[in-house]
Amino acid sequence: MLSRTAENLFWIARYMERAETMSRLLEVGARISLTPSAGHGYRSEWESLLQASGTAEGFAEKYGDPVQRNIESYLFFDRDNPSSVISCIERARENARIVRTAITGQVWDTLNTAFQDIRQLERKPRSEMETSDLCDWVNRQSSLLRGTMDSSMLRNDGFSFMNLGYALERADNTARLIDVKYFVLLPSVSMVGSGFDNYQWQVLLRAMQSHRAFHWAYGGEITAAKIVDFLILNPSSPRSLMSAAQKAMRHIDSLSRFYNQPSGPAQERVRGLVDALKATRVPEIFDEGMHEFLTRFIHDIGDLTALVQRTYLTGEAQ
Amino acid sequence: MTDYFNEMFDGGKVRPPYNGLDGWTREMPAEFRAMKQAEAEALFRRIGITFAVYGEGGDPDRLIPFDMFPRVFTQMEWRKLERGIKQRARALNAFLLDVYGRGEIVRAGRIPARLVYQNDAYERAVSGFVPPRGIYSHIVGIDLVRTGPDQFYVLEDNCRTPSGVSYMLENREIMMRMFPNLFRENRIEPVDGYADALRRTMASVAPAKCDAEPTIAILTPGHFNSAYYEHSFLADLMGVELVEGADLFVEGGFCWMRTTEGPKKLDVIYRRIDDAFLDPLCFRPDSMLGVPGLMDVYRSGGVTICSAPGAGVADDKAIYTYVPEMVRFYLGEEPLLENVPTWQCAKKDDCKYVLEHLPELVIKEVHGSGGYGMLVGPKSTKEQIEAFRHKIIDDPDNYIAQPTLALSTTPTFVEEGVAPRHVDLRPYCLVGDKIELVPGGLTRVALTEGSLVVNSSQGGGVKDTWVLAE
Repeated sequence: MLSRTAENLFWIARYMERAETMSRLLEVGARISLTPSAGHGYRSEWESLLQASGTAEGFAEKYGDPVQRNIESYLFFDRDNPSSVISCIERARENARIVRTAITGQVWDTLNTAFQDIRQLERKPRSEMETSDLCDWVNRQSSLLRGTMDSSMLRNDGFSFMNLGYALERADNTARLIDVKYFVLLPSVSMVGSGFDNYQWQVLLRAMQSHRAFHWAYGGEITAAKIVDFLILNPSSPRSLMSAAQKAMRHIDSLSRFYNQPSGPAQERVRGLVDALKATRVPEIFDEGMHEFLTRFIHDIGDLTALVQRTYLTGEAQ
Repeated sequence: MTDYFNEMFDGGKVRPPYNGLDGWTREMPAEFRAMKQAEAEALFRRIGITFAVYGEGGDPDRLIPFDMFPRVFTQMEWRKLERGIKQRARALNAFLLDVYGRGEIVRAGRIPARLVYQNDAYERAVSGFVPPRGIYSHIVGIDLVRTGPDQFYVLEDNCRTPSGVSYMLENREIMMRMFPNLFRENRIEPVDGYADALRRTMASVAPAKCDAEPTIAILTPGHFNSAYYEHSFLADLMGVELVEGADLFVEGGFCWMRTTEGPKKLDVIYRRIDDAFLDPLCFRPDSMLGVPGLMDVYRSGGVTICSAPGAGVADDKAIYTYVPEMVRFYLGEEPLLENVPTWQCAKKDDCKYVLEHLPELVIKEVHGSGGYGMLVGPKSTKEQIEAFRHKIIDDPDNYIAQPTLALSTTPTFVEEGVAPRHVDLRPYCLVGDKIELVPGGLTRVALTEGSLVVNSSQGGGVKDTWVLAE
């Protein structure tokens, strides 16, 4: 497979996962804003959400004050924001168009339809659209894509590159989402474990559409420790860091099997990452400091991505 | 009022090729038609066949209008055309081999040396080089128009990289999907063998240094190109890689693709970029689309480039006039297809005639394409004609003129129902170890009433083209 083709496939998945993360962030923000704040009016966490999504600067330059309608537009429909849902979907579709021959008709159809649809949505007056409907729509598109990939694609290197894109992007995004919650949303460390703290965790679970799963898995009282276990260490939780890392490992392994190559640096790296997560216990994360732990993890994922890049996407002989 | 040949109706009578379609349209309710038209559009948009028009801005995902009314040829009509097209393809290739070799046709005084050797499309870089099997143009697209039951004219030859074949294939797919009954009732020759034939043609011209099954790839300028859909569509059907210049590099006398498993040798390149961009070391130094050093590999027999660099000198509008002469000179045959009578403004007498008869003629730029830079005399205003008069006087060498042809019409779905619209035809002839032509081609239709310009960049549409089995 051409390195460029592999790279495009890798990025289709990354863009779609990123679009989903953006819409989940938007959902968190919208939900929080419906909650009355302690004194009067409503709570607003938009500022911190913008920071979490890495788009605060761009937003401030364009709009100034964080007004909900503007933020929604910026995160969803603004092409000036490279991480907005529309930017991600357009780029995913453009990448798909470039490698049209490396994906199945169904996968193309899903991406192309999403692209046509969002351009229709864009023309509708914003007052006619509920944020939650938009977020549902995005989740549906990414589910459709995963479904068509799963049901129609050959289990070859292209399939692995796409899944690798998903896994690495999800690992990075989930870590950032948790980090928002912990580092940005929570005003002071003393509030860890307070009722306020737990409420925010629930919002986060909801945004990841995992609150049901969480209750099935743990039951009882929602505690910070349980949630940290669920979102970071539990391999049966689909959005956990562990799940993402394991998925990345599976697909890196598939690639080297597919190419009949001996274990390389990318494989060693991902194995190390998974083993380290396996050996980690919740109290250790709290001891290290959640933010420090997540920052380290995000950094490791970045390294791993660079190794995958170097191994497969430059076209150099190994 | 010119009398145009209508391919379906001869007076009140339906001509034989269209017998199977008369009832079809007569019985089709308007709502059904509208529904099918919408379905066709949705299908095209979903598969992503779109066409970007150069220099117009606007929607980059514009669709070429598809007309559901097929254009039909009988087997007899087609066989005649086929013989003529293959003959022309052979002559054009013989000409190319000759002018990059000894130039016998020039020495014999049949074509002026200036037109060949001072032509912009003549590539000195390949002078003296003989490509595998001596073939320069592997895909020859010949644009034809019809003016009567037995009268066809060649409008122009395309020896470089004729586009549009994806429409031929997709138009058929969509028609078969929407109207399977038509294909049950009419026995229509299939066109879906084209991609395989193209791959076989490419494989048959693998370079001397290739000692295994040749690796073939299509070289595209990239996804911003208006024909990108076609490039990826063909790569998919042929089962070959679609590469950009940056995916390739040259080392040790071969051309390599960058792949996830390291470099892979490439043997045959079907390029869809112009000569000028192929190799910045040989042609335009600012080209980002090509592969540095590619031409060295090509000339030393490490890779085949289809069509061969330099093939463009055969499809120039000034050379066009001499194609019948080529047929006689190289093949010793009489041309089966006629040229449109052409006045060359470069010739003094011709130029005088042209300037005196501008309102009746079609004026074209020698190097123009896509329906740009042309004047259709009878359809132009006085001002437009006068503007062109000045252009011709300023640079006569740059223009040719042809009579306004009475292009045939075929029934076409229009707002009010079915009406005759003017059409042309581009069949695609493949030249490798053998010469092949799939039974069909791209029919382009001028959708505006009375218009004779069929180019998609000028609002033309496309039709499925049928050749009936015997």
